[in-house]
Amino acid sequence: MPDITVPSASPDLTGRALFPHRHLLSIADLKPWEIRFLLDEAEHWARANRGNARKHDDRLAGMTQINAFFENSTRTLLSFEIAGKRLGADVVNMHAGQSSVKKGETLIDTAMTLNAMAADVIVIRHASSGAVALIADKVDCPVLNAGDGWHQHPTQALLDALTIRRRKGGFEGLIVAICGDVLHSRVARSNMLCLAALGAQVRAVAPPTLMPPEVEMLGATPFHRMDEGLEGADVVMMLRLQNERMDGAFIPSPREYHMLYGLTQERLAIAKPDALVMHPGPMNRGVEISSVVADHPERSAITEQVEMGVAIRMACLDILTRQARGVEGWA
Amino acid sequence: MNKLAIINGKLADPAGQSLGNGVVLIEGDRIAATGDIPVPEDAQRIDAAGLVVAPGLVDLGVFATDKPAFHFGGITRAALMPDQSLPLDEAGLIRQATRAGKPDFWVHPIAAATRGLKGTELAEIGMMQAAGARAVGTGRQWIADSGVMMRVLAYASGLGLTVITHAEDGGLAGKAVATSGETATRLGLPHAPACAEAMAIARDIMLARVTGAAIHFRLVTTGAGFDLIRAAKAEGLKVSCGISPAYLFLADNAVTDFRTFARLSPPLRSEDDRKASIAAVADGTVDVITSSHDPRGPEDKRLPFADASPGMAGAETLLALSLNLVRDGHVSLNRLMTLLSGNPAKILGVNAGSFASGSAADLIFIDPDAPWIVDSEKMAAQAGNTPFDRMPVQGRARRIMKGGVFL
Repeated sequence: MPDITVPSASPDLTGRALFPHRHLLSIADLKPWEIRFLLDEAEHWARANRGNARKHDDRLAGMTQINAFFENSTRTLLSFEIAGKRLGADVVNMHAGQSSVKKGETLIDTAMTLNAMAADVIVIRHASSGAVALIADKVDCPVLNAGDGWHQHPTQALLDALTIRRRKGGFEGLIVAICGDVLHSRVARSNMLCLAALGAQVRAVAPPTLMPPEVEMLGATPFHRMDEGLEGADVVMMLRLQNERMDGAFIPSPREYHMLYGLTQERLAIAKPDALVMHPGPMNRGVEISSVVADHPERSAITEQVEMGVAIRMACLDILTRQARGVEGWA
Repeated sequence: MNKLAIINGKLADPAGQSLGNGVVLIEGDRIAATGDIPVPEDAQRIDAAGLVVAPGLVDLGVFATDKPAFHFGGITRAALMPDQSLPLDEAGLIRQATRAGKPDFWVHPIAAATRGLKGTELAEIGMMQAAGARAVGTGRQWIADSGVMMRVLAYASGLGLTVITHAEDGGLAGKAVATSGETATRLGLPHAPACAEAMAIARDIMLARVTGAAIHFRLVTTGAGFDLIRAAKAEGLKVSCGISPAYLFLADNAVTDFRTFARLSPPLRSEDDRKASIAAVADGTVDVITSSHDPRGPEDKRLPFADASPGMAGAETLLALSLNLVRDGHVSLNRLMTLLSGNPAKILGVNAGSFASGSAADLIFIDPDAPWIVDSEKMAAQAGNTPFDRMPVQGRARRIMKGGVFL
């Protein structure tokens, strides 16, 4: 048997040994110290992005970054595009409507096409769980998962962790309530794994129809009543409820959902007085979150999440291309 | 008439309790006699020393007529599922299907219970029976409308045909591609609870009770499903069930890493249900082991998990994997041949799967310990979509006789 004891603190590693992954596909692949390394690197970019009017750092100059989005996205695509451009990469966006990429050979063929264009890093979003890993298998360059089905959205979890760390100082003992449509949420799956790995106490709060079975295995304690789930929480992370799930399929109506699971000011008062409010966006105001809470100047970290998104993606793009760029210790 | 005498082999007679010594005497395409009998002067002697002689396998419920794979696996007859590019819902298609394998392989088509397998109008079951259909089937899905299902059972029963059904409640199963549980949650896959199976079985048993029809649940894979089947058998209903080796030797964690070769219908179950399936084979609840052979190429399998087609190429590994049940002490080799050959032949009403006089001379010579390694790259099947890739197994059919003629 190989030695599988996991060190509690960051081991004394440098260079590629710090992050020995070719792709970033799932939080499940990462060790706690690898997550912390990504956060530390992103912290540097967050400061640089805030401090300088001219944000260019051209370490990826001459490299081609393809953002292949097989599912609609505005903010994630924009965030990856800005991150790539700030690092000096030539960023190309490919939008493939769901209709044009229904057949799998087409998906593999698309991957081969992207590969043949000599991309240096590919960012992929796809509506099907596991699709990004399937493509990653077929290409020669690093692949970043920008969301695959209900499975994973690792950069979202990392940017959420960075936001929490900046606001709360750390994770140990922190109570984080992830509330809403946990069943269909890749954001929730990535966040549960990430926050549990970092030492937080994670709660999954959802109506039974939107709670995945055996969610405990992802490191979260399930709650079906919002008020119980919010009790004493340091962070309240709301999830988006998709329109098509609102009308009787999983919940009776948006207004009933808002009554039972919407984050209102009154409900937020059940959490700790300084509890942080987060949402991956885009929000359904008046459904899962009320505007007063979403726009709360001290409590809401929603715009900061967007800001940290760029920093996290810069860190990921930088780290994953270090080997190809021949950075010392990474080649 | 051509006379053959198979001598020196160990006989795995499905009707027997243990392996026996003896002679199998064949005249033409039929078995003339078996057992401790004198070898006639004019019979050609065939030495089966060191091998087990058994009836050729009768595979109850395959999706393709894939002769090389069947022959590799010692399968001499198969019941073809009605789920073809044109559903087998019409006499002409049935007749065509019966001819597809002859002479060295026999296909017994299963007639679609409803037109286009749509689950609404009865198909021309009687005409299809006349054209060679040996059973009636609901195909890959159940019939949602209980009224339609009751009429299918009643009508088929009048014709003396067994109804082969898919045990998954469609409403619960929906678009699920995995069983609810840790693996589905981790991978973010659409899932349905395992009780979708027992729900369907419970309904169909009640309909079998009121109609008096014979019903065969092609794949039963959960402990709750087997409990219902056990109770129905104890009551004396004409209920039987099958399973394929995948559900006996794999659990739902086999789909980790989105392995589409392990995407099956019904989906793989929990480890507890896997163990319950083994127990159901051991206690006699399971009547049939089928390959559920469904070869699928990369265009169907090299896809994101939920978009891939379900099914596995199982014909080549059916015998070797099933022999694990004998090695592990769950069943005798004779009982295994009942599951692989005798019972399927009875359900289809064909004169095979037996050593009795007059039975078809479909025989295989098995080397039960021969080791080999499953290799999806080198399979005889039309496609190598096996979740057992790289697995070492034991047991090969060394020779196959179909209708008194060695292949």
